[in-house]
Amino acid sequence: MADARPHVHPLSDLGEAIAGELGNAITATEIFNDELVLHTSRKALIKVMTFLRDDMNCQFKQLMELCGIDYPEREERFDVVYCLLSLTQNLRVRVIVSTDETTPVPSLTGVYSSAGWWEREAWDLFGIYFSDHPDLRRILTDYGFEGHPLRKDFPLTGYVEIRYDDKQKRVVYEPVKLAQDFRSFDFLSPWEGAQQMLPGDEKAEEEGAGEEKSDDA
Amino acid sequence: MPEQQIKNFTLNFGPQHPAAHGVLRLVLEMDGEVIDRSDPHIGLLHRGTEKLIEHKTYMQSVPYFDRLDYVAPQNQEHAFAIAVEKLAGMEVPPRGQYIRVIYAELGRLLNHIFNICAYAMDVGAMTPMLWGFEEREKLMEFCERACGARLHMGYFRPGGVAMDVSQKLIDDIGEWCDGFPKFIADLESLLTENRIFKQRTVNIGAITQEQALDWGFSGPNLRATGMVWDIRKSQPYDVYDKMDFDIPVAKHGDCYDRYLVRVYEMYESLKIVKQCIEHIPPGPVACDDHKFAPPSRTDMKQSMEALIHHFKLYTEGYHVPAGETYSVVEAPKGEFGVFLISDGTNKPYRCKIRAPGFAHLQALDLMSNGHMLADVVANIGSLDIVFGEIDR
Repeated sequence: MADARPHVHPLSDLGEAIAGELGNAITATEIFNDELVLHTSRKALIKVMTFLRDDMNCQFKQLMELCGIDYPEREERFDVVYCLLSLTQNLRVRVIVSTDETTPVPSLTGVYSSAGWWEREAWDLFGIYFSDHPDLRRILTDYGFEGHPLRKDFPLTGYVEIRYDDKQKRVVYEPVKLAQDFRSFDFLSPWEGAQQMLPGDEKAEEEGAGEEKSDDA
Repeated sequence: MPEQQIKNFTLNFGPQHPAAHGVLRLVLEMDGEVIDRSDPHIGLLHRGTEKLIEHKTYMQSVPYFDRLDYVAPQNQEHAFAIAVEKLAGMEVPPRGQYIRVIYAELGRLLNHIFNICAYAMDVGAMTPMLWGFEEREKLMEFCERACGARLHMGYFRPGGVAMDVSQKLIDDIGEWCDGFPKFIADLESLLTENRIFKQRTVNIGAITQEQALDWGFSGPNLRATGMVWDIRKSQPYDVYDKMDFDIPVAKHGDCYDRYLVRVYEMYESLKIVKQCIEHIPPGPVACDDHKFAPPSRTDMKQSMEALIHHFKLYTEGYHVPAGETYSVVEAPKGEFGVFLISDGTNKPYRCKIRAPGFAHLQALDLMSNGHMLADVVANIGSLDIVFGEIDR
């Protein structure tokens, strides 16, 4: 949690130094749980990453992780998060850029070779498009898969299921049929969240409509 | 005689190949028996773990981590537990930390025994596999005695471990540790100076330190290139900062060096386990805040409050304050990270799993280029690939 701390955090020096060096390429820096987070824009991404990799005080030689996050309610719904690691400085930093379904993010494959598959994964699971990627194919999902399963609006069950058809002697794709209702235990609290109507409940609704709301919500 | 057009030959390797360590499909472009390009097709074991975790409470998410790298399940749970503890601000009592370190190291031993033996089998040695599985079986018995499950422990919970271990079990682990160097010595006598093994591994799949960094290597594969880097040392978690152990490194970054680093890491793991056994304090094993860790069964028989806590924990789960963290552990295969985003509810908003094998397998093309077909098998084995974690 980003509560304001009385003392200055050692990482904030680094954050300020990087922000000072790169000017307005860094749109925001924050420190979360002793982890330094830098926000940047798509345009400045390559410049920021190259700087972080090559600067003597940073030397973030390794890209350890690249992942997408989906916030469907935002205008630019995706965040792409890059986790960098500096072995010589023993530091980690996270760089975040945001994008939407159509705007490409510049591919990092020219800066870190390891970005290749992770970008493919983000494309596969979120549909985040990376420009100048040498080989942007799907990676984790099935051949011929449609949709991007880690988006929040993609259902957990998916849309198709496969089975081996003994008559046709091949694997067939069919729309998902659930043998029982999909049980989404979506309660934040077992007492407050349940929206279940039992038979007969609707009568109470009708009778109590004119009176004040009862507290059985 | 008319001129012959010689075309590159495309070879499909796997997904049902015993040396593919699971379900790797490799499309190899061959120039004779020399590899021009290798294109790993992964995802055949994709189970949507990250999506499933978004629909489960924090406690229900723990078992999914066992099933990632199923050769050393504890270490994955460890990363998740640390991530949740960081966000929720839980304190793990010392005994819980010691038990976690013991079992994390047993997990490392489980993994390295398996990898070395399976690797030896990939390059033609049958016996290590037969010997190694006996030792693995003994280790799994220790897991069973701690939590009831041999393999998928579900034992490292956010806040500590699921239950305490008996002193008898700790003593037995110590006794096993005393005998284990004999096994490593036997294993080494079969492999380390074995002429065939060396012919198959020395100078095969060699990568430089710069390449290893560029491709996101970690763990033994990075240390085999001469990089002295171990998260247990440099960014210690739990009680690793109190442990005295060395980081084995090698120079050449080839298959043989990766094997050697793993062998010597087993000795270091034994050192850590022994120190833990010597210093393990008595006390609770999980944090005493029953908003996070369940109360004991005996309490539940006596106390209404404990019963309510239990009910709330196993239906609603606990709420983790909003925030995000990237927490890592030194898993046997390398840096295993969990990037966890909480929105303040009882379920993770996003849980990205950083599997070390994903980055390693990506570099297979680089490592195998110009090598013979049989060397691909050696490379895959030496990278320590498990598809549970790569495909997720």
